[in-house]
Amino acid sequence: MSADRKAEKEKVAPFGVWGPAVALAWFIPGGGHFVLKRYGRAALLFLSVVVMFLFGMMMHGELLKPQSGDLLTILIYYGGFICNVAAGIPYLIATWFGYSQPDLAGAVHDYGTKFLVVAGLLNVLAMVDAYEIAIGKKN
Amino acid sequence: MPKVNLTHFEFSLLFALLASIVLGIVTKKTDRERLRYGVYCFVCFLAALFGLGWLMHFGHG
Repeated sequence: MSADRKAEKEKVAPFGVWGPAVALAWFIPGGGHFVLKRYGRAALLFLSVVVMFLFGMMMHGELLKPQSGDLLTILIYYGGFICNVAAGIPYLIATWFGYSQPDLAGAVHDYGTKFLVVAGLLNVLAMVDAYEIAIGKKN
Repeated sequence: MPKVNLTHFEFSLLFALLASIVLGIVTKKTDRERLRYGVYCFVCFLAALFGLGWLMHFGHG
């Protein structure tokens, strides 16, 4: 192993530094920022992700499940499922309470499905931000 | 679960607002920069919304 690679490997922050913050950021939107004492940002992230997820449910959007088929189907349904799960506790609560909306025709249902997916994507951004704060890359 | 019935425009505004808040928070380093970037993203969403809306309007003839 070259000296550069060794130095690069040493720079990677240990899991204990960022792991709990990122895990909490996934589980509770904004939780990573909260545990890192960024309370204002934590509240805004929580509100944004949860409100988007709730609106998605109130539009009767579909929670996507993995499906096999052609490449596009796999991409949409597996990708959508991962994004839904990335929303954390809102997804888990919705699933535990039996929220299950079939894929219906209509623009509003379709917007709802997109809102549910994007809520998860926004939470992924929040997790990345929590990681960067935890390792000291950002303030 | 109660059902909401908003117009496409209202849904788009809501989407733009929530996405802009998160984008503003996660991308910049100071609060001032975050606020400015959040507002910038929101304006960009609105510009795209109106731009694409008019484009589709003229596209349909």
